Amino acid sequence: MTTPASSMSAMPATRPIYWSVRRELWENRSIYIAPLAAAAVALFGFLIRTITLPHRMRAVLALDPAKQRQAVALPYSAVAALLILTAFIVGVFYCLDALHGERRDRSLLFWKSLPVSDRTTVLSKASISLVVLPLLIFAIILATQWIMLLLSSAVLLGNGSSVAMLWTRLPLFRMSLGLLYALTAIALWHAPLYGWLLLVSGWARRATFLWAVLPLLAITVFEGIAFRTAHFASFLKYRLIGWFTQGFDFKLPGTPPIDPLTQLTPGKFLSSPGLWLGLGAAAIFLAAAVRLRRYREPI
Amino acid sequence: MACIEANGLRKAFGTTIALDGLDLRVEEGRILGLIGPNGAGKTTALNAILGLTPYQGELKVLGRDPWTARDQLMRDVSFIADVAVMPRWMRVSQALDYVAGVHPRFDRAKAEGFLARTAIRRASKVRELSKGMVAQLHLALVMAIDARLLVLDEPTLGLDILYRKQFYDSLLNDYFDRSRTIVVTTHQVEEIQDVLTDVMFINRGRIVLDCSMEEFESRYLQVMVNPEHVAAARVLNPIHERQVFGRSILLFDQADRHQLAALGDVRTPSIADLFVAVISNQAGEAQGAAQ
Repeated sequence: MTTPASSMSAMPATRPIYWSVRRELWENRSIYIAPLAAAAVALFGFLIRTITLPHRMRAVLALDPAKQRQAVALPYSAVAALLILTAFIVGVFYCLDALHGERRDRSLLFWKSLPVSDRTTVLSKASISLVVLPLLIFAIILATQWIMLLLSSAVLLGNGSSVAMLWTRLPLFRMSLGLLYALTAIALWHAPLYGWLLLVSGWARRATFLWAVLPLLAITVFEGIAFRTAHFASFLKYRLIGWFTQGFDFKLPGTPPIDPLTQLTPGKFLSSPGLWLGLGAAAIFLAAAVRLRRYREPI
Repeated sequence: MACIEANGLRKAFGTTIALDGLDLRVEEGRILGLIGPNGAGKTTALNAILGLTPYQGELKVLGRDPWTARDQLMRDVSFIADVAVMPRWMRVSQALDYVAGVHPRFDRAKAEGFLARTAIRRASKVRELSKGMVAQLHLALVMAIDARLLVLDEPTLGLDILYRKQFYDSLLNDYFDRSRTIVVTTHQVEEIQDVLTDVMFINRGRIVLDCSMEEFESRYLQVMVNPEHVAAARVLNPIHERQVFGRSILLFDQADRHQLAALGDVRTPSIADLFVAVISNQAGEAQGAAQ
C-alpha cells in the first residue's frame, strides 16, 4: 500500500484538469476548426479585396489622419468581430452538448470509472468556453491580422506604392491589447450564459437547444402579453451585449475602435453590478451542473 | 477488512423497489459471481457500489462511502459497466494517453503489452473497432490499472464465444492475483462457473443465496432419478424437481451422496441448475403468498 500511496501524491491536482481539457479538444475539434475556417474565409475575401488596394490607399491618403486610421483599421476590426462571433457560436453549441453527449452515447460510464471528480469534469468543460476559446481566438485573430498586414504590404510594394501609411496608421499592437481586454470582458460577462447552457445540457434528456432557449422566449412573450413591458427582453439583451456597453466607451457610436486603448473603461466594467451578479449566477449554475452530473445516468 | 460491505441497502425508482434491504459482504481476494434474473437489482446494486447512484442504508467499499467519495474510490476500483461505453470518437492512442494522464495507478507499458497481443491498431478510433475489439481494448486498459476491486457488469454481452473465453482467460491469467477482488454479473453463468470462488443469487432486491464454490460443490447434489425410485427420492426433500426426456431430475441441498446414489445418477449441479431451482421456488412462494 505504501508505493501506490506515494505515487498517488506524486500526481499533481492539476493533471486531471489538464487531461480533461485535452480530451474535450480531441472530441470537439470544431473548437479550433470552426474559427480557423472562418479566418480562412475572411483571409480569402481580403485577398480578393487587395486587388483594388493601391487604388483605395490613394483615396485614403486624401483623408485627415483620424479618418485615415479608421479606414485602415476597418477590415482588421471586422475580422476580429467575425472571429469573436464565431467563437461565441462554437462556445454555445459546445456547452449545449458537453454534458448531454456523454449521457447519450453512454460514455459517461467510462468517464465515471476513472478517478476524475464531477467538479473537475464540469469545470474543465466550462473552461473550454471561458478560457480556452478566448485564448485560442485571440491567437487566431492576431495571426490573421498579421497575415492581412503582410499581404497588404506585399501588394503595395509590388505595386511600387509606399507601405509607410499602412504601418504608421495601423495600431496593431494597441489593437491586440484592446482585443485581449474585450475577450476577457466577454468571457466574464457571458459566464452565466455558458453556465446556464451546461446546466441545461446536463439536465435535458433531449433537445437541449430548445430547453435552453424556449423558457427565455416564453418569459419574454408572457411579459409582453400580460404587462405590455419588455423588461426581460432588455435584461437578455444586457446579458448578451452588456460587456460592450459597460466595458467600452465610444465617442462616436457605431464606429470601430480607432485608438482602442483610450476607449476602454475597465473601472466602469469592474464596478458594474451586472458583472458580479452574472458571475454569481454562473457559480450557482455550475454548482448545480456538478451536482446534477453525480445523479445523472446514461439516457 | 471486507472489500464490500452492505447492510440494509435500499433503492426505489418510483414505486419499483430495486434494492429491498440488501445485505452483502465480499471479502478481499474473491471472484464473486452475482447472478440474478432481469430486473432483480444486479445493476442497481453494482451502481451503488460504484458510486453511480444514491441509496439508503449502509455501504462501504474498501472502507469508503462510494456516493460521497466516488473519485477517490475510483483510484482503487475499476469497472466495465456494460460493453459499449468506450467513447466512439476516441482513438486507441488517446485512450491510453488519457487514462495514463488521470489515473495514478495505470501502467501504460502493461496496457501496450496487452494490446500488442490483439489486432487493435493505435491509430484506430473506437467506432472503427469490432465489438470484440472494443471489449479487448477496455479490458487492456482496466487490467493495466493496479486496482483492488474490479467490477464487471455483463462484460461480454454480445461477444462471440471465442472472445468471451479469451476475456475470462486473460482476466484469470494476467490480472487476478488473489489480493484483488472481482465482482462479475452475467447471464452466461455456465461460462464463468470455473472462474468463480463465490456465488450469490440476487432476486427482487435481496441476496437469496450466498456461498463459496467449495461449499456449493459439497452442499448441492443433482440426481437423475430412475423412474421406479421417484417416490422414494421425493421423500428426501428435494429443493427442486424438473422433467427432462421423461425422467425426473431432483436437486438436493445437504443430502447424503450414498443414499442418493442408490436412486439414480448423482452429479454436482451447475450454477444455472441451482439458479433455476432457487428462483422458481421463490416465484412459487410469491404466488402462494398472493393467493
